[in-house]
Amino acid sequence: MSSPLLDITQLRASYGEAEVLHGIDLSVSQREFVCIIGANTAGKSTILRSISRLVPKSSGSMRFGGVDLAALAAHQIPALGIAHVPEGRQIFPDMTVEENLLLGAFTARNARDLPARIADVFELFPRLRERYRQLAGTLSGGEQQMVAVGRALMLRPKLLLLDEPSHGLAPKVVEEMHQAFKTIHERGTSILLVEQNVELALDVASRGYVLEAGVVTLAGTAAELHANPAVVTAYLGL
Amino acid sequence: MSFLQAILDGLLIGGVYAVISIGLTLVYGVMGIVNFAQAEFLTIGMFTAWFAWAFLGLDPVLAAPLSFAVAFAIGWVVQGQLIARVLSAPSVAQIFLTVGLLIVIENGTLLLFGSQFRSVTTSYQTISLSLGPLFISIPYLIAFAMSLACGVALWWFMRASWFGRAMRATAQNPAAARLMGIDTALMYKMAFALGVGLTAFGGAVILPYVTVYPGVGGQFVVLMFTVVVLGGLGSVAGAVVGGLSVGVIQSLSSLFFPIQLQNLVLFIVFILVLAVRPQGLVGASR
Repeated sequence: MSSPLLDITQLRASYGEAEVLHGIDLSVSQREFVCIIGANTAGKSTILRSISRLVPKSSGSMRFGGVDLAALAAHQIPALGIAHVPEGRQIFPDMTVEENLLLGAFTARNARDLPARIADVFELFPRLRERYRQLAGTLSGGEQQMVAVGRALMLRPKLLLLDEPSHGLAPKVVEEMHQAFKTIHERGTSILLVEQNVELALDVASRGYVLEAGVVTLAGTAAELHANPAVVTAYLGL
Repeated sequence: MSFLQAILDGLLIGGVYAVISIGLTLVYGVMGIVNFAQAEFLTIGMFTAWFAWAFLGLDPVLAAPLSFAVAFAIGWVVQGQLIARVLSAPSVAQIFLTVGLLIVIENGTLLLFGSQFRSVTTSYQTISLSLGPLFISIPYLIAFAMSLACGVALWWFMRASWFGRAMRATAQNPAAARLMGIDTALMYKMAFALGVGLTAFGGAVILPYVTVYPGVGGQFVVLMFTVVVLGGLGSVAGAVVGGLSVGVIQSLSSLFFPIQLQNLVLFIVFILVLAVRPQGLVGASR
C-alpha cells in the first residue's frame, strides 16, 4: 500500500489566541474523493486554509506527496498541484471569465496546453463559453461558482480542495455542480470536499470525516457514516 | 480659433499630467496606500535626467527610461523595506510613513544638489510647428508623445501580460491571488516600483520646459491628487481622463481669466464634479 497523497497528523491551527483545530489526523489517497462534514463553526474551512497555508499559525505535520507543506508560503502551494476553491468563491470580479481562468494557471503559465485546459473547462461548464468575455462580477452566483471551480481546474491539479461549493446556490445548480465534481474525480483528480449539505457530500464522496469543535469525532466510508445513527440525527435531520 | 488652440495646449500638457498621476493611482489601486511622497519621484526623475544631460550629454527625452529605472530601483527597495511594514497598519501609520518619505527625499535632494534651479538647453526647445492656424510647441508635443507611448506600454502590460494580470488580481483579492500561486509581496513591490517609475518618467520628459530644484515635486503634488481624484482614485483609465481634463480646464480658463486664477477655476470644476460624481469621472460607484 503506497503512502497517501495528502497526509495530515496532529494539525493544530489558531486565529490569534483562539485555537480552532485541536490535533486533526486526516489523509487523502491518490484518486480518492473525501469529504469533511460538520457544523458551521467546527473548523472545516480552517483545515483547507491550513493546507493552502492561509492560516498564519499552525503546527503538526502536513505532507503532500512527501513535501512538507508547513515549510512553504501560500503562493508556493499551487505549484505542487493543489488547487483550492475557497469559500464564497473569491473570483476576481473586475476581470473577464477568460482572465479568471488564465489566472488559475498562473503557476503553469508557460504550459503549451492552456487552450486545451480552457476547452476542458468549457466541456464541464458549457455556460462559461457564452460568458467568456464578460466581467466575472456580472455573472449569477451559480456561474461565478463555475468560474471558481474552472479556475482551479486550469492548474490540472492532483488534489482539488472544495470549500462549501454549494453554499447559497439554487438546488438545480447544486445538482449540476455535484455532477461536475463526480466527472472531475472520474478523470483522475483527488478531491477533498468541505460541505454543509451532508446528504450531498456523502453521495459524491467515498470516505468522510465528521468534525466537531475542532476535533474529528467520526471517520469512515460514506456508507458507514450514512448509516451511523449519530450522523443521521445530527446532520441528516431524520 | 484661440479656443481650439487652448484645447490643443491643454491636451498636450494633460497627457503628461496623466502619466505622472497614473503612478499614484496604481499604488492606491493595488495596495490601498496613498503615497504622499509620489511627487518626490518626479523630482528624482527630473534630477536623473538633468545629470544625464549635463554629464553624459543625453537628451532628457532619451534619458526618460533611465529616470524610470532609477526610480523603479528606489521604489523596489522602499516598498520592500518600508511600505511593506505598514500595509496592514492603520492608515495613520501609512500617512506618517509616506509623508516622512516626502520630507526625507525633498531634504535629501536639497542636501545633495543644493537649492539652485537647473534647466537644460535642447535644440528643439523654442521651436513650434504650425498646423494651419494652430501652433504646436515641439517640447510639449514630444513630452506628450512620450507620455502616450508610456501609457500604451502600461496598458499592454496590465491587460496582456501575466504579471500585469497577476497585479490586477492582487488588487482585487490578495488572498485569492495567493491561492493562484501569485507572490503578492512581489506584486506590491512591482506595483510600487512601477508607479514611482512612471512618475519619474514623466519628470524627465517635461525637463525641456520645467526647471528642476528640490521643491519641484511640491508644484505638482496637488495637481496629481486633483487628477487622480477627479478621474476616480485607483483607476488607471481615470487618471488618463483626469489628466487630460485638468490640462484642458487649466488651458481654457486662461482664455477667460488671468493666469493666476487658473487653479481656482480648476478647483471649482473639481468640486462641482465631485458633488455630482463622488467616485470620480471613471471610478466605479461601488
